[in-house]
Amino acid sequence: MSWLVPMLGHPFIRHALLAGTGVAVVSGLVGHYLVLRAQVFAADALSHVALTGALGALAFGIDLRLGLFVVTVGVALAMGVLDGRRADPDEVVIGGVLAWTLGLGALFLTLYASGRSATGETGGTSVLFGSILGLSAGQAVAATVVAVAASLVVLAVARPLLFASVDGDVARARGVPTRALGVVFLAATAAAVAEATQVVGALLVLGLLAAPAGAASRLTARPYRALALSVLIAVLSVWVGVSASYLLPKAPPSFTIVATATVIYLVAGMAGPARRLAQA
Amino acid sequence: MPEVSFGPNLLADLAQMWSLPFMVNAFRAGTLVAVLAALAGYFVVLRRQTFAAHTLSVVGFPGATAAAWLGWSVTGGYLAASVAAAAVFALRPRATGRRQRAESAVIGTAAAFALACGFLFSTRSQGSVDGTTALLFGSVLGISTGQVVTLTWLAVVVLVLLTVVARPLLFGSLDPVVARAGGVPVRLLDAGFLVTLGAVIAMTAQITGALLVFALLVLPAATAQRLTARPLRAALVAVAIAVATTWVALTATFYTPYPVGFWLADLAFAGFVLATGVGAVRGRWHRSGRVAAVPAMVVGGTP
Repeated sequence: MSWLVPMLGHPFIRHALLAGTGVAVVSGLVGHYLVLRAQVFAADALSHVALTGALGALAFGIDLRLGLFVVTVGVALAMGVLDGRRADPDEVVIGGVLAWTLGLGALFLTLYASGRSATGETGGTSVLFGSILGLSAGQAVAATVVAVAASLVVLAVARPLLFASVDGDVARARGVPTRALGVVFLAATAAAVAEATQVVGALLVLGLLAAPAGAASRLTARPYRALALSVLIAVLSVWVGVSASYLLPKAPPSFTIVATATVIYLVAGMAGPARRLAQA
Repeated sequence: MPEVSFGPNLLADLAQMWSLPFMVNAFRAGTLVAVLAALAGYFVVLRRQTFAAHTLSVVGFPGATAAAWLGWSVTGGYLAASVAAAAVFALRPRATGRRQRAESAVIGTAAAFALACGFLFSTRSQGSVDGTTALLFGSVLGISTGQVVTLTWLAVVVLVLLTVVARPLLFGSLDPVVARAGGVPVRLLDAGFLVTLGAVIAMTAQITGALLVFALLVLPAATAQRLTARPLRAALVAVAIAVATTWVALTATFYTPYPVGFWLADLAFAGFVLATGVGAVRGRWHRSGRVAAVPAMVVGGTP
């Protein structure tokens, strides 16, 4: 572990670990409910929206995070309100809107790149694939504050949201405001997606939102234990990923983080059958 | 490149574009891809496999970047990865109930991991940021004559396959239970279609990029199915829409500074919105008085 102290001596590593931990916590919390509610694809859709929002902000010279959060949370709120009206959303319509959104993203990427072809642009790549090691102190603190706020919102509704996610009809009959909860949860998802975009990039957010929660659901059937495990696995993935990228400079941190989460999922997937074999 | 400007004389505009070999290759490849994507897309929409199609297109990305890194054919790398992923997807055990929820987490994780690997390979190769962007969002540059020849052979194979299985596949897609009872090998057709779809997606991504395959695969087919209910007519309308979208998008890409992915996705989506609007208006018109026309439309196509 002789590499640990010099690694922590670098400010960019400390910023990455600070922001990465906050983002991992909110991703683990939100991811647990996404898997429970079978809404992983909603998060995927929001990540495409996040991509276009961030690239649009870059293209028009606005602060990237402003475009990222306003567009992602705005679309999530619209999705939440519309979702309650239709029982069976048409996947072709969703996919079509996503294709249109990504097409706009391609346009913004070109506009942004052509505006600064001489300087060697990296802003576009960092939106797509993240740049956790490029965060400034201010950006890291801002990301952490937003992550803590979104995590508190999810924790505040953790119990009724669990009830509504497991059995929506019974929850509604018992007076749980399931629709309002659904909208609040989608907004929290949007915040988590926008946060994760800054860490692993818009194209890889499912690595932090789906993989840790999926792994946790394989390890335990008890909901609150799975929630805690999901957070733990997400945080571990970020720490291991950042360290691995520090030790192997050729591997970008976005890759090492997502790869760690994927490997944990694979191991968790094998743990169940192995336990059954041991008992037999 | 000579001075290019779009004028009112469309023939002169086409001649100007086609004086450049790379645009000729883009139109050849684009037309081939549009025909195949629309035909395969017809079944994708019918079978509600649009998200599977999106995942397969994303999974091809690491294959393409790995091939670029190792100096192999990018088309070949993409094709190998998406066909292999389709085979794995076809062989997976069927999930139901609680397992189905877990499956969406598996698919999401697999897609994120595939894109992460693609990113790793693209940072390892000497290729530029532009190369990665082109793989994701499409490009009209750099389609070689050799690639057009490869695409043509693949297209012939896929067209023959789709024509042979069209009838049982249609039957199996519309009513798998009855089809199985009638002796149609539904499981085998499902697997065969997914693998073929992997190949079609790999070809489509050469023009649209890995992220925008949806624009040519799903949107023209969905637009056609809003306009007519008859299978053969819908498939032909889908092909016409896809080819027209591709030609207009390639022309617009040539005469504007905006990328092909943007034009393809937005034109295809505009067509879909228009057809949905037309369908809604027509439906209301039939409901208000001309009730007798509705069964005629379902049985015999549009009046």
